[in-house]
Amino acid sequence: MRTFKIGGVHPNDSKLSSDKSIETMPLPEKAVIPLSQHIGAPATPVVEKGAHVVVGQLIAQATGFMSSNIHSPYSGTIEKIEVAKDAWGMPCPSIFINVEGDEWDEAIDRSEKINRECKNTPEEIIKKIGDAGIVGLGGACFPTHVKLGIRPPAKAEVLIVNGVECEPYLTCDHRLMLEHGEELLIGVTLIMKAINVERAIIGIECNKMDAIEHLRELAVRYFGIEIMPLKMHYPQGGEKQLIDACIGRQVPSGALPIAVGAVVQNVATCYAVYEAVQKNKPLIERVVTVTGDEVKNPCNLRVRFGTPLQMLVDKAGGLPGEYKIIAGGPMMGRAFSNIDSPTSKRTSGVLIMPRAKAKRQPEENCIRCAKCVSACPMGLEPYLISTMTEMKMWDGVEAAHVMDCIECGCCLYTCPANRPLLDYIRMGKQTVGGIIRGRAQKK
Amino acid sequence: MIVSPSPHIHNNDSVRRDMLNVLIALLPAYIITLFYFGSGAVYLTALSICTCMLCEHLIQKFVFKKPSQLGNLSAIVTGALLALNLPSNLDWWIVIIGAIVAIGIGKMTFGGLGQNPFNPALVGRVFLLVSFPAQMTTWPKPSPMHFEIDYTDVETGATYLTQMKEGLVSNPDYADLFIGSIGGSMGEISAIALLIGFIYLICTKTITWHIPVSIVTTVFVFTGIVFLVAPEGHADPLIHIMTGGLLLGSVFMATDYATSPMTHKGQLIYGVGIGIITSVIRLWGAYPEGVSFAILIMNAATPLINHYVKPTRFGETVKKEGK
Repeated sequence: MRTFKIGGVHPNDSKLSSDKSIETMPLPEKAVIPLSQHIGAPATPVVEKGAHVVVGQLIAQATGFMSSNIHSPYSGTIEKIEVAKDAWGMPCPSIFINVEGDEWDEAIDRSEKINRECKNTPEEIIKKIGDAGIVGLGGACFPTHVKLGIRPPAKAEVLIVNGVECEPYLTCDHRLMLEHGEELLIGVTLIMKAINVERAIIGIECNKMDAIEHLRELAVRYFGIEIMPLKMHYPQGGEKQLIDACIGRQVPSGALPIAVGAVVQNVATCYAVYEAVQKNKPLIERVVTVTGDEVKNPCNLRVRFGTPLQMLVDKAGGLPGEYKIIAGGPMMGRAFSNIDSPTSKRTSGVLIMPRAKAKRQPEENCIRCAKCVSACPMGLEPYLISTMTEMKMWDGVEAAHVMDCIECGCCLYTCPANRPLLDYIRMGKQTVGGIIRGRAQKK
Repeated sequence: MIVSPSPHIHNNDSVRRDMLNVLIALLPAYIITLFYFGSGAVYLTALSICTCMLCEHLIQKFVFKKPSQLGNLSAIVTGALLALNLPSNLDWWIVIIGAIVAIGIGKMTFGGLGQNPFNPALVGRVFLLVSFPAQMTTWPKPSPMHFEIDYTDVETGATYLTQMKEGLVSNPDYADLFIGSIGGSMGEISAIALLIGFIYLICTKTITWHIPVSIVTTVFVFTGIVFLVAPEGHADPLIHIMTGGLLLGSVFMATDYATSPMTHKGQLIYGVGIGIITSVIRLWGAYPEGVSFAILIMNAATPLINHYVKPTRFGETVKKEGK
């Protein structure tokens, strides 16, 4: 079985909710829709205070090239538009909606019927994806229409679909592949048409054998789609690692996947593309895994954006005592600082960790055991970068390829001395990034 | 709400656990030592470990004025390794001097765990070897089930390496070499015990195979070529591997975290360097045994190796293919 070649770790996969079907989350009474749910500029609101909106109606428009549309996930009245604290305590302009009933935009096809035929041209598909406000649902939230708008001379050769879900605990992509396999494959076909490739590979780690078999049976009817089982190996879901694992090509430092002819999309994004193109349904909801070792009822929920986090936590059995709540998986997820904050396009999982597990062990001297160097999937030297950052040797930090770091957390995960390697590397990356931008501006 | 940066999980490895694994891996060697050298070995080991711990504790407390670091077990590892590098009939005060030099000069002078450029146990051993050459090179002959501390009536003798140096090549019994029924320092006699320790360290991922395998292979190839060219007056490569401190050095001393290179490529260079220097000293140098010197010399080269030998960067190989 294939995997990527350099580094990586093998955390316990702890997929507690892999056999729980996707449930639909009830609607909240009040919802907050952040206007920055993607990489790039926050969207510009196109509705006024007091206006009535329906589900699927455009409420904020993309600002410029690198941005994304936002649609109302609810029907109701706009209460106000003002700055609210997001999940990490940062101020973010948001639209507040008083939810009234569940009235949908009439253009949206809400039937269960699977719509297999596509008459759209590639340009129309990309336009529809952009209009629907689709962003990469693997966690980075890069606007999908920007990623698919490949400019010559770059040419895509293969579409790689990320069904790896290498983060421990998360099962939302796994359930999506099992329950909406057919729709997902249609979505893959649509993207293949949009970027004009004849080959797609869906990479899935072998702890999801049921999903692999299920998609293999379905893929027989779809031309050019190959299901590729991969060895369990974190961080295989990283874009560069996944390309290496699936087609054995390594994206050079600083380049994008298109440099080796690959385009990577997450399975959840493919499903969203199907809904947008075939059903006219914009991106207003996603599947979220709510889980944790001491959670009473780990589950997979279909959640509309703007639903307060507290509702998800209550659905899974509530919080007895003090906990750390993480948006995403335990390796790369960010800890929430605000439990009243809404879910957004970024929320792939809600992981609840008890206090005892949430605490880091005390830090010791670096014993130079080289375990971080062996674990780094980018072939960097975390011990060296973190020490140089500590000493503010920015030239050295840059020369050590700090900008290649994908922040996967393998170094800190593996460090026997519990050194905060990644914390320092992030700091080094930010500073060096600033220095590089400054240099570019001077020229 | 508790907030901290990712990652939020850890593989539960710790310095203490790695050190404990090294101690567990040393157990087979200690069992063989106990069998052949008796309670003298226990006495000497206890003395070495206690001195190391006390020395580290006092320096940490009164010089560095920091909380004690005995909990990470590294002082015990140094003490245990130093003892295994000594003849079992060594005088008690020499052992104490060795332990103080190992911890005081070899380790704490540089700031403690992880900061030392040279392997502390080897610094101690080489200090003793140079200062007390006679005591350090007379080993009691192994006598199974010998449980008295008093060695006065025990026959002492030279090791195979010393005999080889003097040009006396006898044909040793390979089984004796393998099990450990030969003269030598406490920990180096039994090849099988050290191999079991090696396998344990690999299985627990405490060390990787690169350093030990590259050292042993280099010595095997180097002495093998010399043996093929001039069989007379030279021992065959198997004897070179199973006698002296080669296995103990390559499995437990050369793999010391702080003093070995950080990349696998660097570790191979380091291992080959140790192998070549060891072979050269053994074949043509003044000393019969050269593992300690070879490791210390390559310890000194480690920062240089770290500077020039970088890990294979992601995407690097592709670029080369494209050109």
